[in-house]
Amino acid sequence: MSDRIFGGFGLVLAIFYIWAATIIKDSFMVDVVGPRAFPYMVGTVLAICSIYFIVRPDDEPAWPAFRKFAEIVFAAAVMLLYAWALPEFGFLISTVFATAYLTWRLGTTPLWSLVTGVLTSGGIYLVFHLILGLSLAKGPLGF
Amino acid sequence: MEILSLLAGGFAVALTPENLFLALMGCFLGTLMGALPGLGPANGVAILIPIAFSLGLGPTPSLILLTSVYYGAMYGGRISSILLNIPGDEPAMMTCLDGYPMAQQGKAGEALSLSGIASFVGAFVATCGLVVLAPQLVKIALLFGPAEYFVLFTVAFATLGGITSTNQAKSAFAAALGLGIAMIGSDSQTGSQRFTFDHIHLYDGIDFLIAIVGLFALSEVFIFLEQHKGSAAVSSGPPKIGRILPDLKILKRCVPSISRGTALGFFSGVLPGAGASLGSFLAYSLEKQTVDRKGETFGKGDPRGVAAPEAGNNAASGGALVPMLALGVPGSGTTAVLLAVLLQLNITPGPLLFTKNPDVVWGLIAALFIGNFMLLAMNIPLVGLFTRVLLIPTRILMPVVAMISFVGIYSITGSTFDVMLMVGFGVAGWILRKLDVPLVPVILGILLGNQMEVNLRRAMTISDGDWLTLVGSPLAIILWIIAIAGFVLPMIYGRRMRARMESSRQDDEFVGD
Repeated sequence: MSDRIFGGFGLVLAIFYIWAATIIKDSFMVDVVGPRAFPYMVGTVLAICSIYFIVRPDDEPAWPAFRKFAEIVFAAAVMLLYAWALPEFGFLISTVFATAYLTWRLGTTPLWSLVTGVLTSGGIYLVFHLILGLSLAKGPLGF
Repeated sequence: MEILSLLAGGFAVALTPENLFLALMGCFLGTLMGALPGLGPANGVAILIPIAFSLGLGPTPSLILLTSVYYGAMYGGRISSILLNIPGDEPAMMTCLDGYPMAQQGKAGEALSLSGIASFVGAFVATCGLVVLAPQLVKIALLFGPAEYFVLFTVAFATLGGITSTNQAKSAFAAALGLGIAMIGSDSQTGSQRFTFDHIHLYDGIDFLIAIVGLFALSEVFIFLEQHKGSAAVSSGPPKIGRILPDLKILKRCVPSISRGTALGFFSGVLPGAGASLGSFLAYSLEKQTVDRKGETFGKGDPRGVAAPEAGNNAASGGALVPMLALGVPGSGTTAVLLAVLLQLNITPGPLLFTKNPDVVWGLIAALFIGNFMLLAMNIPLVGLFTRVLLIPTRILMPVVAMISFVGIYSITGSTFDVMLMVGFGVAGWILRKLDVPLVPVILGILLGNQMEVNLRRAMTISDGDWLTLVGSPLAIILWIIAIAGFVLPMIYGRRMRARMESSRQDDEFVGD
């Protein structure tokens, strides 16, 4: 069933892709094939494979139970939040909390998670910023 | 002779203090990443690319650093296979079969040093093979026109699923997905905006590094979160190793096994669609058939069963560099990531690389020779150091991996949008892995998509719109035959091969090799 849903999704994606290819505007430069031919080919392959998934689905993969599924969704949300927080609060502060969340969810006790967060954040800041000179996100406080 | 003088020039490049230091760092980090379950060569190199790039290293130093990581990871994979029966990366799977029983008999040290020597011989011979074979392949590649290149890229995609693929439609879907993503941005030929929907962040297309780090490194973090595997690979103290040096007698008995494994591994590395995992699998099976027909000692701690697959997988990783450097077409996940390194540094791999940037190619090859000796030194006397790494619990390791991925991408793009896009790729990678869709073709599609299209359009411009030009030369026809055979054969034999590989060892999923 998962493969069928995936195939359906792929088919929608393929149709959308081919439609999006039809609206590519020509520029003043032209060549024989044009900018649309290759995307049409790619879209067609996507569509054929998707139809194959619907007709001949594989065995059902082992999907996680609802709780673990929520785990993934929350982790992704925390990572997105982290990306948003980087320029707002700076690297050091954001990384402490993002690391603490991830290590907590992987089984560290809450207090130790915070310690791990502080150590990871500080360690990365030391190695990558102070020693190697990479530019990390600067918050209002300058770090 | 010409090759030797070029190689001498390469050693002059590689022996500068900076490059030697980078090779040493790369070998160390690589062995570390190979040893840790969950961080394979592809992930390891992927998270280091943006960092090498934002450090402002030149092309040759970055390549030396990252290929040393690649070689090092191939060495490191065996450590946890032997000590814990958990392969550090996919090609090290076969090493578990006899390595772990040896460790249980208290011969872990012998197994580690024997496999270290086998790895060294495999990698050394393969690097020699690279020196000899790559320039020959370049001569053939110089005959290629745009039409042949288009077909060559098709060959790469058709064979990438490999002989072990069970569902070719999924490989094809993955490749098309990657090619589709590569089309986003302004068209290189006419400048039209494609698939950008007037969104300013998409005008330059999607940076392949974002896709690679997201798909490889972050999806791994999600897999760990889902399985809730947070503990260390070993819980009670560093594993015991025992005596380190093997008997000369045992070593002598393994010489033929190592030679056979090396030869088989090198060829499966060079051939499209095989790669290191198949190399070590073939080396092990052949060895079992030649020296232990009745199945008396193999699987019970036979040293030859450790030496052959390790020689095979390291030889294959050297062999895989041949098509990557000479043709610009990688055959495995990790070499695809190395291709990304070249593209990021604005170096176009392929035949012209050998004429235009000989210092890069030969400096890299010389660095591989030097790195190999460093790895031998690190992996035999110092192996105890790396076994301690296995004490780090993944609940601490994986968040660190995630954060370093973020640091790398943020430091080269400096954009929140790109970091969010990387998270998106991470989630997509997790879903695709669950559905058994391979990720390597997606990456390769993103990397090669534009070149593939450009070659198609050039060929069509030359032929004035005649599509028959794609089958217009004997070379192109041969390539089509390889592509079709490479795509169709796994449909017939794929399931059987996969079943055989899995029956010899049931294990977790891995990204590429």
